[in-house]
Amino acid sequence: MPAKGTVVLPSLAIPGFRILLPHGLSLGGRPVLGALDLAVPGGRTTALLGPSGSGKSTLLRLVAGLLTVPAGGAVQAGDGAPLAGRVAYMAQQDLLAPWRDVLGNITLGAHLRGEAPDLPRARAMLAEVGLAPGDSQKRPAQLSGGMRQRVALARTLMEDRPLVLMDEPFSAVDAPTRHRMQSLSARLLAGRTVLLVTHDPLEALRLADRIFVLSGSPAVPVAVEVPEGAPPRPAGDPALLAAQAALLERLAEAVA
Amino acid sequence: MIRGFLAALGLVLLWQGFVWLTEVPPFLLPAPSRVAFALADRWESILDHALITAAEILLGLALGALLGIATALVLVAWREGRRWLLPLLLISQAIPVFAIAPLLTLWLGFGMASKVAMATLIIFFPVATAFYDGLRRTEPGLLDLATTMGAGGLSTLWRVRVPAALPSLASGLRVAAAVAPIGAVVGEWVGASAGLGYLMLHANGRSQTDVMFAALFVLMLMALALWFATDWLLRRAIPWQPDSLLTEKVTT
Repeated sequence: MPAKGTVVLPSLAIPGFRILLPHGLSLGGRPVLGALDLAVPGGRTTALLGPSGSGKSTLLRLVAGLLTVPAGGAVQAGDGAPLAGRVAYMAQQDLLAPWRDVLGNITLGAHLRGEAPDLPRARAMLAEVGLAPGDSQKRPAQLSGGMRQRVALARTLMEDRPLVLMDEPFSAVDAPTRHRMQSLSARLLAGRTVLLVTHDPLEALRLADRIFVLSGSPAVPVAVEVPEGAPPRPAGDPALLAAQAALLERLAEAVA
Repeated sequence: MIRGFLAALGLVLLWQGFVWLTEVPPFLLPAPSRVAFALADRWESILDHALITAAEILLGLALGALLGIATALVLVAWREGRRWLLPLLLISQAIPVFAIAPLLTLWLGFGMASKVAMATLIIFFPVATAFYDGLRRTEPGLLDLATTMGAGGLSTLWRVRVPAALPSLASGLRVAAAVAPIGAVVGEWVGASAGLGYLMLHANGRSQTDVMFAALFVLMLMALALWFATDWLLRRAIPWQPDSLLTEKVTT
């Protein structure tokens, strides 16, 4: 049972997981990730930072079950049960189905599994992410980028999975919207095991309990110090801003 | 709509003027007025033939569309079948449909069946390829999302790939609606006892060029009506398909 002793309270209910790649990982013959053993604590938010092409999304896709784990490697949940069916996935694009209205998109998971949708809960989620009840009948094309991302967040929450994987979830929206969405998702996802992939140091520093930077080639995750205080941390905190500057330098090195 | 009508009217006037000035013999190029007379004079017979052609077109369109949709679904859902069916699909299009028209008449007779088969063949391909392309080009992220949500293969096909491909299918159906009359009329030319194509061939043999033009005019009207009806239906059926030319989007 790895990583169980490190986290005390939340992990009792919500398991963490561990990614083991003893021989690294190659995509199409090109080594992307080096040998790694990454423990993601349960019930906490872990951020994975790195420049484009450093393999952060690859790592996330491994956990999501979208990529087959190479021989010798493994993705293990802290409680030993399989991860499949316990993971929700939120991507950079909102990935809303244009043919379904907002409520239909929030309940997409049930629809795809052939289950009856829990409409009252979907409406509650809609309100939770700050959308008006009148928005429930709108089609994605009628929504602004920020609203679409809110619907995507509601859809992720609707799945109600203990593990949430986020792949640069707010990078496509404008800065003020991103700021609001970060606070919102930190509040709504509190207590779950979140693996957040981002290229934005500020986002990682605001939201994460733990931060890893993917650096080197092939890349390996390196732990980075996180400012004090529980997330979401205020963006104006001098300690956080100093940490952001240091992290930016570090990322720039990782590219070079 | 009004502009299109005016443009057509201008062309007809130009045509009338050309015939007046050059005094072409009517069996070469009849004046529009003469065509209108022929149309009024032979109205009942033209209508009978037109109804037969319309039935052939609509039946061909329905059959061809169904066959095309089914083929595209099989191609996407059945990996092994793809290897066998895809080359067959291409070969079927390498053979000009016009060349097998006499064969179809030989096999299916002079009646409607051979024309419906002809229209079906010509419609099937644009529908199958457009839909198949659409089914293949599903946003990969959406498929990833479906996988993490625990959707099975069939559910992903039916609830993600198919709806996402509907705009592509609509493009295929629009093309099909435009080419459907060709299939039916070519079939009638090769051998028939009724239909507008038959009427045109018949009139041509007797130098009744005005009747030919009258039949052509009715065929054009039918083709236009079919296209606009198809387009209208498809827009109603798929209201969410993006159309950057038609709607100025206002997000409130």
